[in-house]
Amino acid sequence: MIRYLLKRLGFSALILFTLSGFVFFLFFVAPGDPARVIAGEKATEAQLVQIRTNLGLDRPIPEQYFKFISKAVQGDLGFSYRNQQPVTKLIVNRIPATVSLVIGGVIFWLLIGIPIGVMSARHPGGFRDRMGQGFILLGLSFPTFVLGMLSLYVFYFLPKQAGFTLFPAGGYKPFLRDPIIWAWHLFLPWMTLALVTAAVYARLTRGHLLQVMGEDYIRTARSKGLSERTVLFKHGLRSTLTPLVTQLGADIALLLGGAIVIEQIYGLQGVGALAVQAVNNQDRPIIIGVVLLGGLFIVVTNIVVDLLYAVLDPRVRR
Amino acid sequence: MTDTTQTTPETTVIQRGPLELTMRRFSRDRASVIALIFILALIVIAICAPLIENATGHSPIEQYRTTGLSEMGLPVAPNDEFTLGTDHLGRDVIVRLAYGARVSLLVGVLASLAAAFIGLTIGMIAGYVGGATDMVLSRLMDLVMSVPFLLCALALVSVFGPSLGLSVGVIVFFSWTTMGRVIRAEVNSLRRREFVEASRSLGAGPVSIMLRDILPNLSVPIIVYTTMMIPSAIVFEATLSFLGLGIVPPTPSWGGMLADAATNSIYLVAWWLVVFPGMALLFTTLAFNILGDGLRDALDPKARPVRMSRFLKKAGKAGKP
Repeated sequence: MIRYLLKRLGFSALILFTLSGFVFFLFFVAPGDPARVIAGEKATEAQLVQIRTNLGLDRPIPEQYFKFISKAVQGDLGFSYRNQQPVTKLIVNRIPATVSLVIGGVIFWLLIGIPIGVMSARHPGGFRDRMGQGFILLGLSFPTFVLGMLSLYVFYFLPKQAGFTLFPAGGYKPFLRDPIIWAWHLFLPWMTLALVTAAVYARLTRGHLLQVMGEDYIRTARSKGLSERTVLFKHGLRSTLTPLVTQLGADIALLLGGAIVIEQIYGLQGVGALAVQAVNNQDRPIIIGVVLLGGLFIVVTNIVVDLLYAVLDPRVRR
Repeated sequence: MTDTTQTTPETTVIQRGPLELTMRRFSRDRASVIALIFILALIVIAICAPLIENATGHSPIEQYRTTGLSEMGLPVAPNDEFTLGTDHLGRDVIVRLAYGARVSLLVGVLASLAAAFIGLTIGMIAGYVGGATDMVLSRLMDLVMSVPFLLCALALVSVFGPSLGLSVGVIVFFSWTTMGRVIRAEVNSLRRREFVEASRSLGAGPVSIMLRDILPNLSVPIIVYTTMMIPSAIVFEATLSFLGLGIVPPTPSWGGMLADAATNSIYLVAWWLVVFPGMALLFTTLAFNILGDGLRDALDPKARPVRMSRFLKKAGKAGKP
């Protein structure tokens, strides 16, 4: 168990190392001149040299990389080229919106995906199974931004045209100020995220359950005289938890690094929207910061998932 | 009785080759046939885009400011001149849609083929050679799979600037791993089989065994997974274009058209700007997904249970220390 965890930690370190190397390398092969981005078009050569010295851009690349990493470990990711604010602060300001979006999304997609998967697996080949499979196929095929735009049209614009506000067009309202307003503003983003992701969970649950329900221990549970409901939920679904947790970990990690498309459509000022803005502004420290944050989330959720295995699966606890 | 040697029509046994059996299974699956017809129609539309351009008399990038925009400068709804309406610059949606199909299909198919080739090569080497090579290549696949791909794509595009080539490159880089894993697992079990041993004892080298003995056995996963990769590549490209990081305007692409519709929320007053490209995208991915499912069932009727048990093994392995 310890050895396994150490191995996983090593892999996590490798992910972070590769990502930091990747963004740093990008930074230096990049054609643009950072000093020019900061100083603007009218800057003189002397000003550009001054800025390069201030940023340490005239130092050898390995030295810059080392300095960058040792600062990043302490949470210092440098300053934005555009408004000279610390990158860490800019990113931290954006985290509540992204986290709110992901939490609600996860709850809704689990509530939609797992029951559909169970329903589908309980009646293989039947009408309900076909409905479930149809949902899975549609969810897997629907591009997120198409669903987002359509739902804005139907649930925001059409009611608005009819004279009332069913849901707002988006924007993030802090949870602490008013949880109800918060949830109201996030409902459409949550549902969009949930509907496109639920299909993955429905498919996973269905496939795994169909497989598991043919196993010997299910027959044993049935022959003990347990009700079908107990067999299904306590024995069948129990073992489905492991693959579900794996998938959930990967999805949450990816989204926390910025639910780029959904934030963009619903005007949520989250981490992903920050990344898109930074790309449009050529504000490289922010891009680097967001990519590293994404890597950090992946590493952390990987470790959490590994620990959860130990809780869920007795075979791991040795 | 002289006709004992003669076979009467009732007792004739028709021998069907594997290809014919596959075709029969496939054609019985109505959804797959419809999906295939849709895809073929889409290819025809993409190829005949200039014909549509001629028929309407509208260029895909020309802005028809007098007829294509209302007096307030808003897009024009579908009418006799513009069958599917115009966009915010007064360009004809139907012509752009047809040209956009070219981009989507080109990127989807090219990226999938390239990713399939890379995945196949690396998966085969990892599965056949095994040992340390396998470990390094498998870790590499894990690494690529756990990287936040959209963020990295953003970073890359921000540095090198958006282009068609870069889009394809990014898509290939982040999608070869699925194929790689499947092929690796497959080859890993195939290389222990008797026919490989027989080939080896006849003096065949590793390259010859991989290409002549193992590769033909991989045709089903290659066909199925390449087909399944096309819709994700199409959506990936559309997403990049939607974020303004894919195909460079004014070249029409479906993602770009949706991005245009989203700027200033113009689609709220012009539903055709989101419905037509959006549905084109949805039906295309849906068709490829259905086709992939249908091909899998037709090519390998046993595939479903096998696939599940393999998945189970993988989940079990991940759970073990």
